Amino acid sequence: MTALLAPAEFEALLLSLKVSLVAVGCALPVAVALALLLSRSFPGRAILDALVHLPIVLPPVVMGYLLLLTFGLKAPLGAWLDATFGIRFMFSWTGAALAAGLITLPFQVRAIRLALEAIDPGLMQAAETLGAGPLDRFASITLPLAAPGILAGAITAFAASLGEFGAIITFVSNIPGETRTLPLAIYTAIQTPGGEAAAARLVVLAMALAFAGLILSEFAAARLKRLAGR
Amino acid sequence: MSIEVSFRHAFADFALDVAFRAPEDGVTALFGPSGCGKTTIINVIAGLVRPASGQVRIGGQTLLDTAGGIDVAARRRRIGYVFQDARLFPHMSVARNLAFGARRAASPLPGPEAERIVSLLGLENLQARLPLNLSGGERQRVALGRALLANPSLLLLDEPLAALDSSRKDNILPYLERLRDEARIPILYVSHSIDEVTRLANAMVVVNDGTVAASGAVDEIMSRLDLFPLTGRFEAGAVLEGLVSRHLPDVSMTEIAVGASRLLVPRTQAPEGSRVRLRVRARDVMLATAPPTSISANNVIEGTVQAVREDAGPYVDVRIDCAGVALLARITKLSRFRLSIGEGRKVWALVKSVSVERTPARAESERR
Repeated sequence: MTALLAPAEFEALLLSLKVSLVAVGCALPVAVALALLLSRSFPGRAILDALVHLPIVLPPVVMGYLLLLTFGLKAPLGAWLDATFGIRFMFSWTGAALAAGLITLPFQVRAIRLALEAIDPGLMQAAETLGAGPLDRFASITLPLAAPGILAGAITAFAASLGEFGAIITFVSNIPGETRTLPLAIYTAIQTPGGEAAAARLVVLAMALAFAGLILSEFAAARLKRLAGR
Repeated sequence: MSIEVSFRHAFADFALDVAFRAPEDGVTALFGPSGCGKTTIINVIAGLVRPASGQVRIGGQTLLDTAGGIDVAARRRRIGYVFQDARLFPHMSVARNLAFGARRAASPLPGPEAERIVSLLGLENLQARLPLNLSGGERQRVALGRALLANPSLLLLDEPLAALDSSRKDNILPYLERLRDEARIPILYVSHSIDEVTRLANAMVVVNDGTVAASGAVDEIMSRLDLFPLTGRFEAGAVLEGLVSRHLPDVSMTEIAVGASRLLVPRTQAPEGSRVRLRVRARDVMLATAPPTSISANNVIEGTVQAVREDAGPYVDVRIDCAGVALLARITKLSRFRLSIGEGRKVWALVKSVSVERTPARAESERR
């Protein structure tokens, strides 16, 4: 790999993978909780549903700007996080992960929710009469049966995270080795005179990654479905 | 000691006002047409539906008393529930499905008992399979096993045969009969099939339109003319319990003693001295006002007309007391008029042997 790619390009690839992994990993429990919540009915469900799906319809630049307003060092929340925990999202790869995680959250929530809604509620009643409490039912019935959906959602979100550009460049800028992920590196290469070859290599890489992610998602879902006996 | 249920509950389009008491041994059938509220009743007993007001007591233990603020959670009620659609966990093998309740039971069934149930239901060779690869009948057997292995104090069966075709039904009925005879727990059996009820149950609760129309022993309920519209116009008939008095191998017949009467039926497998249950449909019984001779019917039973029930239509239902045993006959109004059949009239009931249905009955020692 190092023979094919320049060190800076390899760095961008590794950074992209790290950012996406952290983004999807941290968003996953949130997505499961939101999906569980949204599969019930409660007042204000429609509003929460719209909020969760907002990143899909908002221009990514707007998302990045909103993140800047919320987590910037002069913003109350950003200042508080910095003062209390020393956590800074600004100009840091963690900020890129936050942006990617939020923007791809709807993919995860949607896939998990579909999986949850496909589970026969009668199974919960059966588990209840057999002595299983709510947490027990979640762990032994809901989670394993929703696993294909959860995994498919996570892989789709991971692939989408790899491609996030607008929100990242707006929120955490384009710092080599810190926030310059694959799309940002492609953008930089295109902007640089004589960078066409580098851009082409990175483009092929990005396409391969996205494609592999989608194939993996399909494969994993099919395999888990078989394991789940459906 | 018994199962006592009484509650009221209103759904948007349907209201229930139910009260009954079922014996704490054997099989009690909750019988009624589809949509009459049977499943809601057992959901209330299981704790899956909380009624607006009411009580559920099993063997002196209160599981629900809305006035007293008692509502034991479904998972702590120790009530086994076999659903119409089995509801096996699709991601678990048969073995893991069977272990699900047992692992969570406060007092699991001792090992040998559990093995006995597994072999009683013929589940030994299914253990490694996924529910996906089971037939409908096998699924219901696994569901029965799963419920029983959790060591419940009451078993609820919600039309366990309804989703099966008739050959599968015949396949699983013997398992249910064995369960009835060998499991030491009371069973509430929801059904809309009078066939299954008369074959399996010793007591029945007739449910109609959200209320209990009658409850009592199966033979009593089935011989009540006023319940005929509910127990099934066409299928209604007397349920008689008798003893196999002797086999007649030459003619392949069996003689059954029912009260003081003797009935000849086609040969049964039941050994001499064992109890059998007979069902004689009212439409299969003919009446005569003089002892008939030279007829093919093997059973000519003398009796007295006890009651006649008439309603719109061409038929009347007649209840005949034959030395303490009640037989039911459905005849046309025309026949009744021709023979002037009325209460107190002496008649001879003619029962063709081929029309008598026979099933093994529970052993006498296990009945109260």
